[in-house]
Amino acid sequence: MTSGIAAQGPYFLAASPLPAEGIAQHAWLLIALPAFGAAVLLLGGRRTNAWGHLLGCATVLAAFGYGLALFLSAGAFGEAARVRELSLFSWIPVNALQVDFGLRLDPLSLVFVLLVTGVGALIHIYSIGYMAHDPNRRKFFAYLNLFVAAMLLLVLGNSFVSLYFGWEGVGLASYLLIAFWHHRPAAATAAKKAFLMNRVGDVGLALAIFIMFAQLGTTQYTEVFARAGEFSSAQLVALTLLILLGAAGKSGQFPLQAWLPDAMEGPTPVSALIHAATMVTAGVYLIARANPIYNLTADGRLAVMAIGAITLLLGAIIGCAYDDFKKVLAYSTVSQIGYMILAVGLGPFGYALGIMHLLTHGFFKAGLFLGAGSVMHGMNDEGNIRRLGGLWRYMPITFATWGLAYLALIGFPGLSGFFSKDAIIEAAFGQAGWRGWVFGGAALLGAGITAFYMTRLMLMVFFGKERWRELRTEDGREYHPHESPLVMTVPMILLALGSVGAGFFFAQGHRLTGYLAPSLGGLQEAHGPLPALAITGLTITLVALGALVAWLVVGRRPVPVERPERVSLPVRAARADLYANAVNETLVARTGTWLARALVFLDNRGVDGLVNGIAALLGGSSSRLRRLQTGFVRSYALSMLGGSVLVIAALMVVRFA
Amino acid sequence: MTTSAVLLLALMAVPVVGAVIVALVRGSDVAARGTALGFSFIELALAAAVWASYQPGGARLQMVSSADWIAPVGVHLSFGVDGIALVMVAVIALLVPIVIGFSWNFQPPTGRSLGSFLSLLLLQQGLMVGVFAATDVFLFYVLFEIMLIPMYFLIGGYGGQRRQYAAVKFFLYSFLGGLLMLASAIGAYVYAADKTGSGTFDWQTLVGVMRDAPLSLQIWLFLGFFAAFAIKAPLVPFHTWLPDAASEAPIGVAVILVGVLDKVGTFGFLRYNLALFPAASQELAPWVLALAVAGVLYGALLAVGQRDMQRMIAYVSISHFGFIALGIFAFSSQAQAGAVTYMVNHSIATGMLLLLIGMVAARGGSRLISDYGGMARVTPVLGGLFLVAGLTTLSLPGTNSFISEFLVLLGSFPREPVFTVVAALGMVLAALYVLWLYQRVFHGPVRGTALVEAAPGPGAVGDPARAEVPDLSKRELVVLAPLVVAVLGLGVYPKPLLDVVTPSVGATMTEAGVTDPVTAQGGK
Repeated sequence: MTSGIAAQGPYFLAASPLPAEGIAQHAWLLIALPAFGAAVLLLGGRRTNAWGHLLGCATVLAAFGYGLALFLSAGAFGEAARVRELSLFSWIPVNALQVDFGLRLDPLSLVFVLLVTGVGALIHIYSIGYMAHDPNRRKFFAYLNLFVAAMLLLVLGNSFVSLYFGWEGVGLASYLLIAFWHHRPAAATAAKKAFLMNRVGDVGLALAIFIMFAQLGTTQYTEVFARAGEFSSAQLVALTLLILLGAAGKSGQFPLQAWLPDAMEGPTPVSALIHAATMVTAGVYLIARANPIYNLTADGRLAVMAIGAITLLLGAIIGCAYDDFKKVLAYSTVSQIGYMILAVGLGPFGYALGIMHLLTHGFFKAGLFLGAGSVMHGMNDEGNIRRLGGLWRYMPITFATWGLAYLALIGFPGLSGFFSKDAIIEAAFGQAGWRGWVFGGAALLGAGITAFYMTRLMLMVFFGKERWRELRTEDGREYHPHESPLVMTVPMILLALGSVGAGFFFAQGHRLTGYLAPSLGGLQEAHGPLPALAITGLTITLVALGALVAWLVVGRRPVPVERPERVSLPVRAARADLYANAVNETLVARTGTWLARALVFLDNRGVDGLVNGIAALLGGSSSRLRRLQTGFVRSYALSMLGGSVLVIAALMVVRFA
Repeated sequence: MTTSAVLLLALMAVPVVGAVIVALVRGSDVAARGTALGFSFIELALAAAVWASYQPGGARLQMVSSADWIAPVGVHLSFGVDGIALVMVAVIALLVPIVIGFSWNFQPPTGRSLGSFLSLLLLQQGLMVGVFAATDVFLFYVLFEIMLIPMYFLIGGYGGQRRQYAAVKFFLYSFLGGLLMLASAIGAYVYAADKTGSGTFDWQTLVGVMRDAPLSLQIWLFLGFFAAFAIKAPLVPFHTWLPDAASEAPIGVAVILVGVLDKVGTFGFLRYNLALFPAASQELAPWVLALAVAGVLYGALLAVGQRDMQRMIAYVSISHFGFIALGIFAFSSQAQAGAVTYMVNHSIATGMLLLLIGMVAARGGSRLISDYGGMARVTPVLGGLFLVAGLTTLSLPGTNSFISEFLVLLGSFPREPVFTVVAALGMVLAALYVLWLYQRVFHGPVRGTALVEAAPGPGAVGDPARAEVPDLSKRELVVLAPLVVAVLGLGVYPKPLLDVVTPSVGATMTEAGVTDPVTAQGGK
């Protein structure tokens, strides 16, 4: 494969970004609006209960409106002038290190602004209904606003340090929202686990920033990208792997995927916004943003592709085994982000494709989660799909919107996912040699498995026998399924429209990939051994096959309400998350606990004694010191020292023995 | 003597005068605490004036004044500050009124009064300002030792059950370290006398003389100072006094002890070890770095394993002192600026966390983590602020501690990549000890007999959720508010702090004979 420098757009290395002008000079408002909302709701306390949720929605809607205006006004610029920077203030200035706090307004950040504020606004509105009965609804909106502000900082920052600020900021918002019902121990534990596993990735990202500073003396995007050629090849590999580690933590990629399914303990709108549509895709954003670095190392890109391919299969396989509505969707997210990571790993052949799948996924996965929330809302929070069934006639809008998002996800021809996923599979096949076959094959296989587990989910929730009729909730109530209120269904309808049309809109005339070129370089066409039409045909066949198998397993036969325990080894492995948690538990948690306990014991018993020993040792060395130096005052000082050491040592032995 | 020099002298004198007056009115708690608070506010205003008249990038030491003390051996009463001493002096001035506000209703053990407690606190403040402002090595030594006395009484007289043991242990460790430093100071004096014909303890003169001393001599003298400072800002394995002292001390005293008094150690590394013994500093840096990084992980792991919240903070601090020492001995202006701001930010962050632990304990009657659960539902404001303190302790971006930890690691990396990578693991452990503590105390179902017994309101028995444990009072909110402002303000806009610190760090680098490994054009 070519090393890819030629693949860069003509714009990237050309010059530093132009200064922001016009309305873009106030782009800080994008972050300030939701941050203001969060501050008012948190400081205002109960006084804001009555209108807090409205303020929360208003700030995000305003940010969306502003983002849209920015987007449209930027359209007037020629391609080369679409990368702009707004300098705000000097953040961390220490001699050579000059971290400037500023915003980078370019096609890549602007599409994220629209995604985050657009989907964010819909989910805010949905939450008015979903959280209507929660006494802490105000706090929920405060945290959601905090998240939007942090996420916008993440994508708009103009240096790796600003990105890191937003990066850990969204981690905090995620922590707060997963633990929103923190009286439930599972929620509290899941939140802590999410933060910790993210922190592991964050350390990787931090180390990558240190390498940039050590080599270039800067962390600003413009300079790092312009001078990426100055990194040694070892540094490039280290950088790409460390950035990948950061991306894996945030995006739930192998080997740091285990936190994301647990994060479903949070309220469902959170799962939709943070743990499906936006925050967890930040890893994809990071790698795409760092494309001038990834362009320079095929080895680094290979690692990215491998992680993406492993994760997309792993997520899909585990997704087949779960009976929890949201957990299946969570593993589906893990798997779909695997596709995106695989795409950005393809380098100039895939950055823009990864972003395209990210955007379409934002629509249909948010729609799927909101639909799941709507189902659970109408079913006394029942999330076990074995206890659902036949719900299509009770929740027609939910069923229709969910169904469209489902078709989009499995890649039904003409819908969003078809365009974005098919493009990735084709591009993966386009890789030279064994890589094309391995990564293309993995992506293709993943599409089939995706169709299986999603169809299984669809059939078990909306079709088949109404299994809930004979069942009672935990506190003994009957189930009365009902459609959700308009405030919830309207956002779902809008997301369904996106699930249907976004893919075609983006793909037509290479609209999106062309638009992103100033940020990501022009998209290179891949030419693999198989013709594109054959790959499309194969994909559709596998998808149909997956759906058919699902129908044979759960559609044609009645579904048992209790999960069968006598199952084959692969199913057992998938139910145990392919043993990821077990490995974490043994390797990290138990070892760590043991180490901490052993050290506490040692510190209480051992180190005090050791210090007494050292004191005696110092007494000994002082006599050597005396021989070394001559002179009256000196030896006086040293004998005084020796004497005091002995006195003190004796005192300590007597006192603490 | 310039006006600003008078300001600096007043900054030392005012708390001491305040201590005397408070001691005189100690019979009445109301009068004593009002007077003490008044003096601490005057001190805060003075500190602001000192800050305003300090010129970053100006003379190495500013607001200098000097008077003969023990003329025959060239000991002077001389004072002055650089940017590093200035920010520490400012932190003391900020923390003392907060601690007084926190201790407003403090009930000392029988036989002791709130007035004498506050009097000792003010005396401690004046002595600490003196230690940071002293520019004569002998004077520094004297204040370094005298400073132990009020702290000895504050711990031993007003602390928990094992307070006597903890106070004696604190005193002996520190005193031993001080003696080693004295021996080294005399050694430096003698060397200077040999070289120049007249002995002196003047810091700036000694810096000029000692830089040419032979390496072997530098190493021995370095070790004397190092012992004193490694005990004070405890580096593993010289740390065992701190968990006892910090957990037996009353919370307010622990804030001053961990927040400021221990920082004399890291301050001493910069001012004395690096500046007086540059060759030895470079020679021994790998060993110090090894201790520092070991401390980062050791302190963090022990913090994970603690059952007592206040004792846990002592270990957290040991971990953070490791970061500070790493930053100092990694020899880059970013790392050292990080270390100095770490000294400030750790005071604010840990101070806030300790105060909140005090507020939790005041409600639950216990400092054991296992006595709590689900407090975020009972006292949501307390829970929220505790989380803010926790997040700055784990150095979340946007909080003050992030700036310093990030600078330390980023600045250490170019020269010491291995130590930096190992220390960076401390970031993960910090998230673990903070969030696990938070989960056990504030999340989960409401539980804990302590919580119920502390406030047996109606319906409390058997139903801790309805126990009438009050959320934060107005006074407590006022005490915490300045810290919250500092946490967020210095996290988003640390430039005022960095602007003061950076030139002094640059001067320290020059004295230590090192240059930055990375320029604006990149690494070497």
